[in-house]
Amino acid sequence: MADLLEVRDLRTYLHTSHGVVKAVDGVSYSVAPGQTVALVGESGCGKTMSALSIMRLVPKPQGSIVGGEIIFAGRDLLTLKDEEMRRIRGAEIAMIFQEPMSSLNPVLTIGRQITETLEAHSAVSKEEARERALELLRLVGIPDPVQRLSEYPHQFSGGMRQRVMIAIALSCKPKLILADEPTTALDVTIQAQILELVRDLTQKFGVALMIITHNLGVVARYADRVNVMYAGKIIESAGAREIYENPRHPYTLGLLRSVPRLDQPRKAKLDPIEGQPPDLWNLPQGCSFLPRCRFAVGKCGQEVPPLREAGDSHRSACWVAETLQQQTVLSS
Amino acid sequence: MAQTQNSTLNTQNSILEVRGLKKYFPIYSGLFAQRVEGWVRAVDDISFSIRRGETLGLVGESGCGKTTTGRCILQLDRPTAGEVLFEGQNLARMADAALRPLRRQMQIVFQDPYSSLNPRMTIGQILSEPIRVHRISPDGRRYEDRVAELLSVVGLNPLMAGRYPHELSGGQRQRVGIARALALEPKFIVCDEPISALDVSIQAQILNLLEELQERFGLTYLFIAHDLSVVRHISDRIVVMYLGKVVEIADRQELYENPLHPYTKALLSAVPIPDPLVEAKRERVVLGGEVPSPLNPPHGCIFHSRCPIAVEECSQRVPEIREVRPNHRAACIRV
Repeated sequence: MADLLEVRDLRTYLHTSHGVVKAVDGVSYSVAPGQTVALVGESGCGKTMSALSIMRLVPKPQGSIVGGEIIFAGRDLLTLKDEEMRRIRGAEIAMIFQEPMSSLNPVLTIGRQITETLEAHSAVSKEEARERALELLRLVGIPDPVQRLSEYPHQFSGGMRQRVMIAIALSCKPKLILADEPTTALDVTIQAQILELVRDLTQKFGVALMIITHNLGVVARYADRVNVMYAGKIIESAGAREIYENPRHPYTLGLLRSVPRLDQPRKAKLDPIEGQPPDLWNLPQGCSFLPRCRFAVGKCGQEVPPLREAGDSHRSACWVAETLQQQTVLSS
Repeated sequence: MAQTQNSTLNTQNSILEVRGLKKYFPIYSGLFAQRVEGWVRAVDDISFSIRRGETLGLVGESGCGKTTTGRCILQLDRPTAGEVLFEGQNLARMADAALRPLRRQMQIVFQDPYSSLNPRMTIGQILSEPIRVHRISPDGRRYEDRVAELLSVVGLNPLMAGRYPHELSGGQRQRVGIARALALEPKFIVCDEPISALDVSIQAQILNLLEELQERFGLTYLFIAHDLSVVRHISDRIVVMYLGKVVEIADRQELYENPLHPYTKALLSAVPIPDPLVEAKRERVVLGGEVPSPLNPPHGCIFHSRCPIAVEECSQRVPEIREVRPNHRAACIRV
């Protein structure tokens, strides 16, 4: 099946007073219809910028998309006129943000915020829009939806607000939902509820989903494919099962090893990734991960490793990807 | 020393005891003639003790009262009722002036290393301030030497003393927060979600640092967190809180191997595991509903409104916390 979304060599730069930051530096990936893809990385790695680029919502004037293509359902979004892009945003591609409090309008009722999207994108009457809003609230599991429709965001808890965001995202039956850290601001038990809900609904309606997160654990249960970002680049990409079982980049390996796991015996000592997150203004020569890497070889400081095949549908941007597994065994 | 008579626990072993601690915050109504309309029961009658040299983990969701408990122990918030015995002395009844010398022995590391360091002070000023305030001249040495020592203890370059917080990364700032807590050579540190605001790759570094420091200086920690996998890693014993109450207390291994309270079970099952194969086989207890408001908590057992095994009686009677297995207490009538 043809891909629903194909990002090719995307470059989004931020022009700051300290110089140019390559927030997204030549990123390529694709999402098939109905597929769930995770984009994993730490703060500042460019994962949110990459999602905002797809929506063409990169903050102006500092940010600009300086290169690449974003092919969505056969069209390059970067060549569309603003007016055409507006018809896609919310209708064909929807977004769920991290902070449900600040992404809902505090002075509009929940009902109005759902009907607003519906009325903007389809020729529905006020009555129809209201009916549909009710149906959506029911769908996302909000109790007493008739009453809730006329309430304001501050009357909702964090989890309930995130359900409303999901309802709004689903309202126009999009083909793709971008969820940027959808559960990071929520409690553990509510996180589980929201993720199960998102999975059930995207499966039910065949919506493709891109989950952006910093937590590899969160997506293990939900993702079909995982892309790991570091310092503006995708450094590893593989099927979910493959990447957790057989990581081929020292950063991914480090992330997996540094977190305590409930299903395994307690370790006496954790095995952290040493050093600091990369300083985007001052990246080292060669591989950005070099200063923190324990598998580095001479070549790493000279040439940036390209993202290349490292297994079945598995790509890694590491010069020692092939031997990483043996070295891991030796070092542990 | 004000040793209370009904002490059943061995105070030799415990550095801190919390007995019947309550903290209610008033809700006011009216703009001018303010009157108290109700009370938020942030912490509602909890008891536990912390042994010398151990790490006690305190877990629960936001709003369960875990941070308030930490603040009440340090008397940053004064308790509404109950006792906080630090080495036998009841801090809850102590006047501020009497508390001050004791504060040296009890410090706190905050969650957010961005807002807990003064942006206008250099790292050196931040670290020497507690020493100046408490007028401790460390062995007659200069403050600068002590600051340099503190920085190297937490794994930072002593040259950082001249920098400002904004020049540091999140992980480095949290190291400064830890160094500040260590400046007065305390015995006891409350770590309030010390790694939640940090990047995943940095969290393990800070956890390892906290463990090293504990060993090196013989520290006792109250480790407040919401992440059960982190709490299991660092704690010797664990207290689980829900809506202002303690629902379960046990040793680490016991709690994870034999969780008794249905809330603890649900919390454990909500923790994601970074392995799709494990996750595929795993049964999830997804709790329905949300944490009720502490302004108006449910009657009977506070958890009954979300509990998968609740019976009629649960909504009528408040379950006592009792020892169900050796050294394992839970507040549930169904276990």
